Amino acid sequence: MATLLLFVFVLAIFLGFELISKVPSQLHTPLMSGSNAISGITIVAAIIAAGVDDGHLMTTVLGTLAMIVATINVVGGYLVTDRMLGMFKKKDGGKS
Amino acid sequence: MSASIINLVYIVAAVLFIFGLKMLGRAGTARRGNLLSALGMFLAVVATLVNKQIVTFEWIIIGGVIGAAIGAVAAYRVKMTSMPEMVAMFNGFGGLASLLVGWSEYHRGAGIGEISSFTMLVTMLAVLIGGITFTGSLIAYGKLSEKISGKPLQFAGQKPLNAVLLLISLACVITASMRPEDPATYGILLVGILVSLILGVLAVMPIGGADMPVVISLLNSYSGLAACAAGFVIMNNVLIVAGCLVGASGIILTQIMCKAMNRSLINVLFSGFGASSGSSGGGGPQGEANPITADDAYYILEAARSVVIVPGYGMAVAQAQHAVRELGELLEKNGCEVRYAIHPVAGRMPGHMNVLLAEANVPYEQLVEPQDVNPMMSTVDVAMVIGANDVVNPAAREDSSSPIYGMPIINVDQARTVFVLKRSLAAGFAQVENPLFFLDNTRMLFGDAKATVSSLVAQFKEE
Repeated sequence: MATLLLFVFVLAIFLGFELISKVPSQLHTPLMSGSNAISGITIVAAIIAAGVDDGHLMTTVLGTLAMIVATINVVGGYLVTDRMLGMFKKKDGGKS
Repeated sequence: MSASIINLVYIVAAVLFIFGLKMLGRAGTARRGNLLSALGMFLAVVATLVNKQIVTFEWIIIGGVIGAAIGAVAAYRVKMTSMPEMVAMFNGFGGLASLLVGWSEYHRGAGIGEISSFTMLVTMLAVLIGGITFTGSLIAYGKLSEKISGKPLQFAGQKPLNAVLLLISLACVITASMRPEDPATYGILLVGILVSLILGVLAVMPIGGADMPVVISLLNSYSGLAACAAGFVIMNNVLIVAGCLVGASGIILTQIMCKAMNRSLINVLFSGFGASSGSSGGGGPQGEANPITADDAYYILEAARSVVIVPGYGMAVAQAQHAVRELGELLEKNGCEVRYAIHPVAGRMPGHMNVLLAEANVPYEQLVEPQDVNPMMSTVDVAMVIGANDVVNPAAREDSSSPIYGMPIINVDQARTVFVLKRSLAAGFAQVENPLFFLDNTRMLFGDAKATVSSLVAQFKEE
């Protein structure tokens, strides 16, 4: 299982470089905050940590804290990116 | 729901992240790309909630509601000028989440007596990278919001101390993974957490405010790698794929920023650029600056057929972007061609100026990159530098003894006339003297950028 995951890891790194290598500089900020929101995928691990019942108080406490910060990262990250991108307009398009 | 269906949903989520990021890279599709990626996140969350392992929901709901409320309020209330520190803060939370998840998973694994060397290794990595990302981002937040000094902070023995701390953290990783079942490993984990938190602080403190675009990009990459390590802890593909994508995008942005400053990453991280003010530069520029009043500047602008506006961090500080857009529109009505030349490292994060000008409704077709505008600079009547300094410093091109020598700049000095809007003759963030201010074709418009631009706007309207 671990080897398979490492395989996925290596492929995903290459994929990431291919995907993002040519981004115009005007999109650097949205790209950064948008990818930052994706890094909030840790929320999946936080849900598991907060939701399992293993009889350990620490697991639940740390899991709940992780849940809070991961949700801030996800919700805040996507909303702020959307807000920014909503402002990028073409000359005559869109309302203001 | 069965594990295989959950895994299929994770694959769909990963595909949505990939398409989302691809679309984020093009102006026309960027907003939809972000929505797709958010949809992927939503699917991943839903699939996780139906996992059989999950038995109690109250803490998930409590944590989720608190986090969502904080995140949403912060996202809607943040001003566009404060965007760099907001991104730094969210980034830090991502890192903290990975740290907490790694810590919590240790308790669960140790509780059921099932913790392998591999799991311990990746747990330590998630915790360490997450910890460095968290405190590093907090310091970056402090510097960007000017709650702590933007100047590089260095002290004697700092580098050896960092090296020792790094070695200690590596030793923690190795010893912990060699004896994962040993109860003493918990102590090692806690030491690792503490050391990583200190390392994050010490690593960012010596980096100056002008290098923040590099630091945020790098921390962005770290937050992805931390998520990736957390993915190895819980053996979850979607965390690994998503974390890698973020890690790679952060590295690419870091490279772009370093290239735009003609410096290596090592140099940015360890040189404490700007700490030694005054000692640099080839004897300082000679001559006297030529000040000009807004009235005289108006007559020159009114006759201009082509104007290039070069914004910098000073425009953000003065909140002058709306006034600048208004001036640009009036100039266009006057039959003048207006372009905005944006240097990649202008401002405090990658693309900072683009966001501000977009907020002020400047159409993005008018924004040009240095390499596109430089060849035609000699045909430009007026280059207006608004709150930028180092990115227009001709010393970067001509003076091989200058600390910024070799950095690609916007060649405003080659325009027929250069207006520099500035508070005073003080040096920029990099603390390098700027000979541009003393050129024969340069006119200095001293004062608050917003006030100056507004008075120019008023004169155009009077006519």
